[in-house]
Amino acid sequence: MPKHSRRLLRGLGLLCALALGATACGSDDDNSDQKAVGAADIQAALKKGGSVTVWAWEPTLKQVAADFEKKYPKVDINLVNAGTNNDQYKALQNAISAKKGVPDVAQIEYYALGQYALTKDVTDLKAYGADKLAGSYSPGPWNSVKSGDGVYGLPMDSGPMALFYNKKVFDKHRIAVPTTWDEYVEAARKLHKADPKAYITSDVGDAGLATSLLWQAGSHPYKVDGTKVGIDFTDAGAKKYTDTWQQLIDEKLLMPVVGWSDDWYKGLGDGTIATLPIGAWMPANFVSGVKDGSGDWRVAPLPQWTKGADTSSENGGSSLALPELGKNKELAYAFVEYANSGEGVQTRIENGAFPATTKDLNSEAFQNTEFPYFGGQKANKVFAESARNVPADWKYLPYQVYANSIFNDTVGKAYVSGTKLSQGLADWQEASLRYGSEQGFTIDK
Amino acid sequence: MTTLQSPAATGARPAGPPVRRTRRSWTGWGFIGPFALVFALVFLAPLAYSIYLSLFRTQLIGGTSFVGLDNYEQALQDGRFWDGVLRVGLFLLVQVPIMLGLALLVALAIDSGRLFGKDFFRISVFLPYAVPAVVATLMWGFMYGPRFGLVGDINDAFGVRLPDPLSSDLILASIGNIVTWEFVGYNMLIFYSALRVVPHSLYEAAEIDGAGQWRVITAIKLPAIRGALVIATIFSIIGSFQLFNEPAILQKLAPNAITTDYTPNYYTYSLSFSGQQHNYSATVAIVMGVVTMIVAYVVQLRGMRKGA
Repeated sequence: MPKHSRRLLRGLGLLCALALGATACGSDDDNSDQKAVGAADIQAALKKGGSVTVWAWEPTLKQVAADFEKKYPKVDINLVNAGTNNDQYKALQNAISAKKGVPDVAQIEYYALGQYALTKDVTDLKAYGADKLAGSYSPGPWNSVKSGDGVYGLPMDSGPMALFYNKKVFDKHRIAVPTTWDEYVEAARKLHKADPKAYITSDVGDAGLATSLLWQAGSHPYKVDGTKVGIDFTDAGAKKYTDTWQQLIDEKLLMPVVGWSDDWYKGLGDGTIATLPIGAWMPANFVSGVKDGSGDWRVAPLPQWTKGADTSSENGGSSLALPELGKNKELAYAFVEYANSGEGVQTRIENGAFPATTKDLNSEAFQNTEFPYFGGQKANKVFAESARNVPADWKYLPYQVYANSIFNDTVGKAYVSGTKLSQGLADWQEASLRYGSEQGFTIDK
Repeated sequence: MTTLQSPAATGARPAGPPVRRTRRSWTGWGFIGPFALVFALVFLAPLAYSIYLSLFRTQLIGGTSFVGLDNYEQALQDGRFWDGVLRVGLFLLVQVPIMLGLALLVALAIDSGRLFGKDFFRISVFLPYAVPAVVATLMWGFMYGPRFGLVGDINDAFGVRLPDPLSSDLILASIGNIVTWEFVGYNMLIFYSALRVVPHSLYEAAEIDGAGQWRVITAIKLPAIRGALVIATIFSIIGSFQLFNEPAILQKLAPNAITTDYTPNYYTYSLSFSGQQHNYSATVAIVMGVVTMIVAYVVQLRGMRKGA
């Protein structure tokens, strides 16, 4: 028995030593980034060459990487798909904790970037002159990569909201395409009455959609000031959203089908889901996933909370950031700038991406692109208009990834039981704040 | 005739001259070394590491600090955790008896020798166990679909409205159905193999005594496989407490019915992978492990005592 426990102890000691080593042995050479890196330094690095590891799932980057390598033959871009959004964040978080295997460039969605910026796990790109690019991006995405006065990534794409609608369904039942959310509810009623199998849209509670609609309604639920956070889902904007959406839920006008499921794709294809309020990156998914709906769908501006207004919001979109522990920062920045601000943007647009740069959004060629899927409609005009109308004052939580993961635990209840949507949001608020305080944030009531 | 005598009483072979072994032999260690090493590495090390982790707390603001038993205090008062424990407890009380009852019934039927094509039945009942749990859940999840799945098709074909198996009220039963489907065959095989080793002479004796089939089952078969029953029950208890695959996969289809703290295991997964709370997650896992051990141990004690 004593022998046994001695062995156990020895093993334990070894483990502790290992674990402590992992945390204590990491070299801490921070504070080396404050000096400015000029264009000359970057050019010199490009001449000298080296390799850059990029973690991204955005498919259009493949061509960009190839072009970049052609332009700078000494630079080797190692493009890795480490999983899509959450999967990649898990891998990235693990690499950062282990201080090993951290990529030099990582794709991070806007709603998730704040977390990395807060813990300084991504590099402030101001030193590389990123702040001078402020004017070249649309306000929504640019605001999303900024935190305090730092710039923690360059916007890669954006998702200004629009209303995708099945024109065939609307024509068949002689329903007008809604321009306000009140009309939207009215259209939902008419449609479901005319065809009990058809719904205005499908929604079982989606944090991305809810926050985008709150954003458009002028709500400012998240107040973030460094390590101080406050959440309030009771302002006037939030009330507009809950009042309207509650009607859709109460009258069972939302198809209870989860987004991106087989049922969902089928519903989009066979006309039982009549509209989809979502980001401008959606067309590529329609083309690949909803072949049956080709020619039926069109794009309209997002319905408004106030008649005659033209406010929009962002839904999704991501940036490229430089993890603090990455290497070859100059080269990495050069690649990010090439892909998200330089020549790479055009390449990516040609392959179906939706840009965040105003120059491209407003270019003649981009706006006049006809989408065969949308019956030849010049859909980019609607998207570009929407991108211009995104209020720039929205903030996500510094731990939005976690908050979104518990959305259905709390707000989801409103979709399946007698709980009111406003109560669901209050529960979400409470649970999110509790997590915040567990993580050491100061809670601003 | 020989009688058994305790070795001490015989005195025939004294312990012999006490050879003092001055040199400690390491040969024995050499033999168990490879095992001990692998055992320590794959069983003890992860356990020790979890315990070590559970004594710290890592925050987004403030980094890592030693907190002693604070995490355990939090876990013991964590409503989300205990709700999950109650849920798997309910699952255990309802699903395990049904599953084991069915498995026993099938095993007895196959063993009775009166079943036509018993090999076919044995294989087909066992087959679901060979299907990976993830695949099985995806398959059932598709069948449960009230719109385009099997349930939807039945609704359309017969013009009925079956209750939605993915709704909050029914989801636990739906999961129970999947688990039962998966594991009836496995438990049946345990029972069946235990039944096969019952000596045939007992049945013959029973026949001579004029016992009917029912009497044979209650007086011979069931007592003979008591050990197997207890083992299967313990496996099932552990399995229920570790419920993870089914809720984790169905969550995508029924996000409002299955919360991120639906079962204790799924809760630890969410804590760890979406909340980055590895320390607290390790704590919850350890507490759950202890709860499982206690319940399994109590069942084993009771089961074995009755057998004595």
